[in-house]
Formats: sequence, C-alpha cells, structure tokens
Amino acid sequence: MTATDLTRLGIAEALDGLARGAFSARELATAHLEAMAAARNLNAYITETPEQALAMADASDARRAKGEALPLDGIPVAVKDLFCTKGVLTTAGSRILENFVPPYESTVTAKLWAAGAVMLGKTNMDEFAMGSSNLTSYYGPVVSPWRAKDDPRPRVPGGSSGGSAAAVAAAIAMGSLGTDTGGSIRQPASFSGIVGLKPTYGRCSRWGAVAFASSLDQAGPFARSVRDAAMLLRAIAGFDPQDSTSVDCPVPDYAAGLDGDVRGLRIGVPAEYRPAELPEDIAALWDQGIAWLRDAGAEIVDISLPHTTCALPAYYIIAPAEASSNLARYDGVRYGLRVPADELTEMYEATRGAGFGAEVRRRVLIGTYVLSAGYYDAYYNKARRVRALIARDFAQAFQRVDAILTPTAPSDAFPLDAPTDDPIRMYLNDVFTVPASMAGLPGISVPAGLSRAGLPLGLQVLGRPFDEPTVLQVAQALERAAGFDPLGALAPALAPAK
Amino acid sequence: MLIRGETGDWEMVLGLEVHAQVTSQAKLFSGASTAFGGEPNTQVSLIDAAMPGMLPVINEMCVRQAVLTGLGLNARINLTSVFDRKNYFYPDLPQGYQISQYTQPIVGAGVITIDLPDGSTKPVRIARLHLEQDAGKSLHDQDPHRTFIDLNRAGVALMEIVSEPDMRSPDEAAAYVTKLRAILRYLGTCDGNMEQGNLRADVNVSVRRPGEPFGTRCEIKNVNSIRFIRQAIEYEARRQIEILEDGGTVEQETRLFDARKGETRSMRSKEEAHDYRYFPDPDLLPLVLDPDWVEELRRSLPELPDAKRERFMRDFGLSAYDASVLVAEKETAAYYESLIDGGRRDPKLAANWVISELYGRLNRTGTPIEQSPVGAGALGELLDLIADGTITARTAKDVFDTMIETGRSAAAIVEEKGLKQITDTAAIEAAIAAVLDANPDKIADYRAGNEKLMGWFVGQVMRATGGKANPKLLNETLREKLKG
Repeated sequence: MTATDLTRLGIAEALDGLARGAFSARELATAHLEAMAAARNLNAYITETPEQALAMADASDARRAKGEALPLDGIPVAVKDLFCTKGVLTTAGSRILENFVPPYESTVTAKLWAAGAVMLGKTNMDEFAMGSSNLTSYYGPVVSPWRAKDDPRPRVPGGSSGGSAAAVAAAIAMGSLGTDTGGSIRQPASFSGIVGLKPTYGRCSRWGAVAFASSLDQAGPFARSVRDAAMLLRAIAGFDPQDSTSVDCPVPDYAAGLDGDVRGLRIGVPAEYRPAELPEDIAALWDQGIAWLRDAGAEIVDISLPHTTCALPAYYIIAPAEASSNLARYDGVRYGLRVPADELTEMYEATRGAGFGAEVRRRVLIGTYVLSAGYYDAYYNKARRVRALIARDFAQAFQRVDAILTPTAPSDAFPLDAPTDDPIRMYLNDVFTVPASMAGLPGISVPAGLSRAGLPLGLQVLGRPFDEPTVLQVAQALERAAGFDPLGALAPALAPAK
Repeated sequence: MLIRGETGDWEMVLGLEVHAQVTSQAKLFSGASTAFGGEPNTQVSLIDAAMPGMLPVINEMCVRQAVLTGLGLNARINLTSVFDRKNYFYPDLPQGYQISQYTQPIVGAGVITIDLPDGSTKPVRIARLHLEQDAGKSLHDQDPHRTFIDLNRAGVALMEIVSEPDMRSPDEAAAYVTKLRAILRYLGTCDGNMEQGNLRADVNVSVRRPGEPFGTRCEIKNVNSIRFIRQAIEYEARRQIEILEDGGTVEQETRLFDARKGETRSMRSKEEAHDYRYFPDPDLLPLVLDPDWVEELRRSLPELPDAKRERFMRDFGLSAYDASVLVAEKETAAYYESLIDGGRRDPKLAANWVISELYGRLNRTGTPIEQSPVGAGALGELLDLIADGTITARTAKDVFDTMIETGRSAAAIVEEKGLKQITDTAAIEAAIAAVLDANPDKIADYRAGNEKLMGWFVGQVMRATGGKANPKLLNETLREKLKG
C-alpha cells in the first residue's frame, strides 16, 4: 500500500488494516506527515507536531503488539488550535496567544489520546472561532483543496474550523476536531465536502477549549464518512465534572447501531429554510435529499419553525456578549502577548489593539455595547427571549418529527479574494446552522452533491437533544444515496500518478 | 440619635454591605487553598489565573456555608439562584470579571437583633446575601516602577451581606457589625478576622432632617475595623451636614476612608461609576437547592448568641449584661459553659470570675480566651476550692495569678504555698488577740463609736494570717472581742 493510499483510508478501514498488521501506526503517521509537508500551501495547520505524532504512533504500535489496542489506536487526527494541548503552542488563531503553550490538556483531546489517536498538529482557524471563512486567522487564510469547475481562484474552506475541515478534505488528517458555536463545524464541512458533526450542547466537555461563546460552543468531529464521525464522537463525548454545563448521560456506541435505516422515521422539512433568495442548486439538492429519504422509507413532514429569521440577529447579540466577557482575560498581564506601556490602561489598549484582529475587535465592541446599562434589556435580554422561542419552535417540531432536514449553508465556498467588507453578508453564512446552535441541538452536515460551480454542498440533519444516534442514522442514509466522494478534490489537484 | 447642626437637627441613615470570607478549605470555584499568609501566588489554580479554556465549578461547601448563614440571619433561602459576571478590567481580576450574584442571590430578606450600649435592642433588616469571588491583591510597594500581583486571594469565596438602611447612629452600625460577626462565628461560616480582611464593610451614609425622605448617600468602601466604621460614619455625616447647611448638595459617589487622617475621600463620582455589564455566567447553571437539604441544615443550626443569652438569663439567673458579655464571643460562651459544668458550679460566681478575673488578666496580655493558660477545667477546680471552704475568695485571686503565670493547678499551688483557709477558731482568736493587743488606742476609738474601724481590724487580721482566715469566722469573732 502506498503512502497516498494510507492517507485516503477511512478510520474504520485503517483500524482494520492496523489490526491485520497490513501497516503500522508509525507508517500511517509518517504517510500523513509527508502529505502534510507536501500540502503546506493549504495552510491548514498552524503547528505540525511530527515528534508527538511519531512517539504516539510508536506507543500505539506497542499497545497493539501487546494485544491492548484502544478504540482509535493509531488513527492520525488533527485538532483545531482552539483546544489547549499540553506543551504544544495553542493560539486560537490569534496573535494575542502567539506564544501561549498550555501546561494542561483539554478534556476532549485528552479523551482522544486516551482512545489511542495520534496527534498530527493544530489546525488553522478563524481568530477565536469568529468567522465563517478562516480569513480572520492571524496565521493567514486556509486554502480549500476544492476548486470550481471554470474558476481557478483558491476557495475558502469555510470557518471557523477551516483548517480542520481542509485537512480532512485534503487527506492530511484522517479525522479532526473542530468547534461549532453558530455553525463552525457544519458550514466548513459543507464547503469542504466532508462530514461535520456538532453534538448536543453539553455532550462534550468544554474544559480546556478556548471559549468564544460559552452557552453555544461545542466540540465535534470532522471525518470523511458518517461512520468515522460517529467513532470520533464516541471517543470525545461524555460528562466532565470540570465542566458544569456538560451533561451526565451515557455515551452510546454510535457506530455500532449505524446502518442508515430510516424506515418509519419522520423527517421534518421547515418552510422557513427556503427563502426566495436561496440559490436554485441548493434548493434542488435539498429536494433531492428529501426524495432520497422518502425513497429510503422515511416519512416527510412539512413543519414550521416560525422564529427562524430571528435566530441570526439574536445570535449576533448573545455570542458577542459572551465573547466580550470571555476575551477580557487576554489583557497582557499573565500570559500571551503584552505590548508594554507606561500606564495600565495604555498597556491594556496597546496589547488588545495589537493582539486582536478586526473581526474580534468588532465582536468585543458589539458585545460590550449590548450588555451596557440602558441597552441590556433592548438587546441582550430580548435576544435571550428570542432564543427561548427558537428552542420552543424546535421542541414543538420534535413532537411531530424525529429529525429535520435542511441545507447546511446558503452558498458554496467563495473565493479567498471575495469582498469581505460587509460583515452582515459574512454572518449570513450561518443562517441555517445558527438556529440549532441557539437551541443546543445536535446537527450534522453530510456532503450531498456539487453546486452549479462544481463545489461541494452539504445537507444538514438536526435532531432532538442527545439523539445523535438518529441524526447519524439519517445522515448515513443521505450519504449512501448521494454517493459523494469526499476526496473528490484530490483527483485533479493532488493525487499522484499510481 | 440626632446631630445638632448650625441650622437644626439632622439624622444619619446608615446601611452596610459586609463582605465576609467564607470559611472553607478551597475557593468558590476552584480547588486551590484559602489558607491565609501563603507565599504570593502559591495558592492559585489554573482557574484562578484565568488560563484559556478553564471553567468554574461551584464548591458545595461554600454553598452550604451561605445557606447556613442565611438561616442564621432568619432569612429566606432562595432555592434557585444565579451566578452573574460583573465585568471590569483590573490586573488583580484575572478573568476580567468577578463571578457574583446580581438579580437572584442565594439568600433573600432576613433580620437580626442588635444590642445597644444602653441595654436596648433593635431589629435590623437584611436585604440579601450573595456569594461572590474575591479578587487578588496588587502589591505596589515591591518595586518603584512596577506593580506585582498576588492571586492567592483571587477566587476565595465571599458572602456579601447587605443590610437595609435601618441604622441611625455609629453605635448602631457598630452593634450591627458586632452582632453579625458573632452570628457568623457561631455558625462557623466566617472567622470574622477583621485584621486579615476576612470581614470588611462598605458603609452607606446619608443624612436628612428627622422625618424627611432619605438624602443622597455616599458609599465608603472597604472599612476594616469597627473603630474605623464609627470614625468613617462620624466624619462622613459631619461632612454631608456641612455641605447641606452651606446650601450645597451631596453628590452620590464612592469614597475611601483614610484611617491615618480619620477622613473620607472621594474615589469616584456617579458619572465615573463602572458599568459592570452584569449578565448570567454561561459557564454555570442556575444553582438549585434541594429543600430537604436546606431543612437538614436548618435542623443542624447551632444555638446562636441571642438564644444562648436568653438561656443563660433563664437557666442561670444571670443579668442581661453578664449574659451579653458571655455570649458575645462563642469561645467565651463555650468556656463559661464548660466552667459551670452543667450548672454543678455556681453560675453567678463563675460569671464573675470569667468577666472580672479571667478577662482582666487575659486583656493585660492580649491573649484570646481560647489560648488562655488556665482552661475552664482548671478554673473550675479553683472555684471548687472556694466553694468547699479550702481557700478564701481573696486567696483564690492570688492563686489564680499564679495559675495564669505558671499554668499549674490550683490544688498544687494551695498545697505548696500553704494557703488553706484558717477555720480553726483558736488560731483566728490568737491572731485577733495579737492585733488588739498592739492597738489599744484604736479599740478605744471603736468603742467610742467609730465603727468604721471594723474594716481596718479585719484587714490587719487578714494580713497577719496571709489572707487565709475564714472571713465569716473572723468577722464574728472580731466583733465579739471588740465588744470587750
């Protein structure tokens, strides 16, 4: 098996090969490290960790030799640079943490390593997870491996977990971890032609993940198949006494029950997700998805989520409000960047002015504004009430249906050089993902087809709280019907001659 | 209490916000130690230092202490309360926000009874009690150009106990803090150590003409002794009255008390007041208490000062004054109760000994009662020697001095120094005879009607017997002899 073949395996196949002794974890890691080096033009990684990767791979081979293999033993994965990794630079895509090496390991990454996975490196991302393009990273944009049919311009991978998405799409990681606050896993999964899963809020611990908006942030996996995503989720999910918002309920073996059988399931199709301006190819793909599920034996139910249009404005009050407070700790006093000055306030201003990029500064300002005396009720409190109404919409819908099918994003991946001067336009990328985030629901994006321009498009499946099994089941039915090739970007661009 | 001004009488209106450090091993949201006096930055967890991605987890012990305190303040316990973030930038506040409780505190309205110097009492209403994090400490005196930060205190649990504006004099404010401190110490929820800053008060002061609506108040921050609270109030009320009598208006502001100069100074005006941008901390779920657990705590409440004082008066026949003195500190009350041994020893005699003799001697050396060199058991043995006539009350005081100095038992000192009371009539008669023989002129005086000399004769005989003569026997015999 060539190195290229090794990087193109799915997790289940790779585990099988490792078990059979077809190749070692070290060979698997080496193949990926070489591919990473060859694909640096994508800028998917902020930090590559080849030494850790090889050491972890050797430890994995040793365990396997003793017959003590762990569930993900030897699987090479990438981790969004938002997760604190002990002894490894953790930047959150920001200059303000350009020198920050945590003395601790986040819970979800610790769980991943405890399951035997091998760390390839830390992936690029929008600064503090604020963005839908990966263009706000201090470490430069990530380039998607995908190109449009008739347009050679480099494309964004989506964001904020753009590096994690691009790495999996470009076969320089077998799977990866991202975080999703308003769509930061699902939207880049859609743009990058891979599977991205945002679990129920509280399913995975937030301990050790740099906070953006605490009531929304949730870790989740990227993979090239629904089954692989299910395996990664099982490894990282679970109650953590160090995170008061994590929920103590059992973690099922998500992959075990997975067969894509949706017969008898009721699938909701919300009218509000089909605005007049929805591009035709996306509307058509959605219709196709509905047809696939109906053909697979599901019952399609028209539903209404009446407060959908309020979700995005409310999100852009709540998330910046929390962020303005969460980011107050980056003050130059204890760690990270400090720009010296003669006086305390000047030091704060110089440090935060230099350390934060424009989008982060904008959201800190918005958040500070909406929490200010005199504006609090008009903005923050009203947004909280809207949030409760959105959650109620979903709760009522889930009395009638088992899952909801929508497009993941209202567009395909745009070029790196597309105008970004209008933040509202950028925020609209999250219009279909934000409502479920506000309600804390699990959601997945499954690659389902190509846009008119030849770029990937995903469909989103949403479920009840902690009903990831149903979400995965529906996603697998779509995956099977769509027959999408998540490595489709590589054939013309990166695949070497066999 | 009214204050006389140039233009008539004024009344002060006082409300206090007391910050009491919760007695707990670990901080409010982290496992770091709360011990006092550690080397700077040795009791700081990743959470206290606000490292990226760190999350708070509530310390159940601190919740328990807050609920116990609420119950001790006769207050409503809110079964659901919410932690909020109070946002502001300061280097000793690592998170950039303090986790506190704003609109939904853990404890609601309550009331305590304060004891005033004239023996009267007065109820003072408690508005609320909430839990919050303490900040770290800025060290400005370590370097001429730089400030250092010690985060040992950062994240330590505080209870902020807010009174209604029910107090009208420095005495009442002092009595309020005294009573509050006693209750906290009885409950074991705060050690009340004001020198270490474990109990400190923000004092709200306004003045008005009697019967008129409240005036504009100023808040004096962080006053850390009862004496300073009095001084700050007196200064501030006087300052406000002067402004008003000069035709000015009091500006609502935050002020500092300068203990060296005994005055308050403006810290920031209302316009400069921080906008703290409170909002519910999304890292913490609402705190929901089990009503059964609260009831369990209610049943486990210890006897508090007021109830103990009532019992001392009722069961032991003590005066209100003696009982108040004995219950003011829970250690004193415990000492006293141990001393009387369930009423086996004379409660009034024991009260006198604790209040006059023991306190007098401990105060001289500034020793707290729990470190008294003479424990309740040892003092009890001394009282037993008085009760069974082995020594006189006068001898007992000398023996007690020796006990305080040496820590030895009363019996051993009496034995060694031969201080047993003389109850032998012959011996007493002999001592009287010797004194009378030496003073024929005084006898004549006495017999001529100067009966005051009786005391002088008693003193002479006592001196001659080294204070050991049984006083009753001495008096009786002496009176007989003087009759002639």
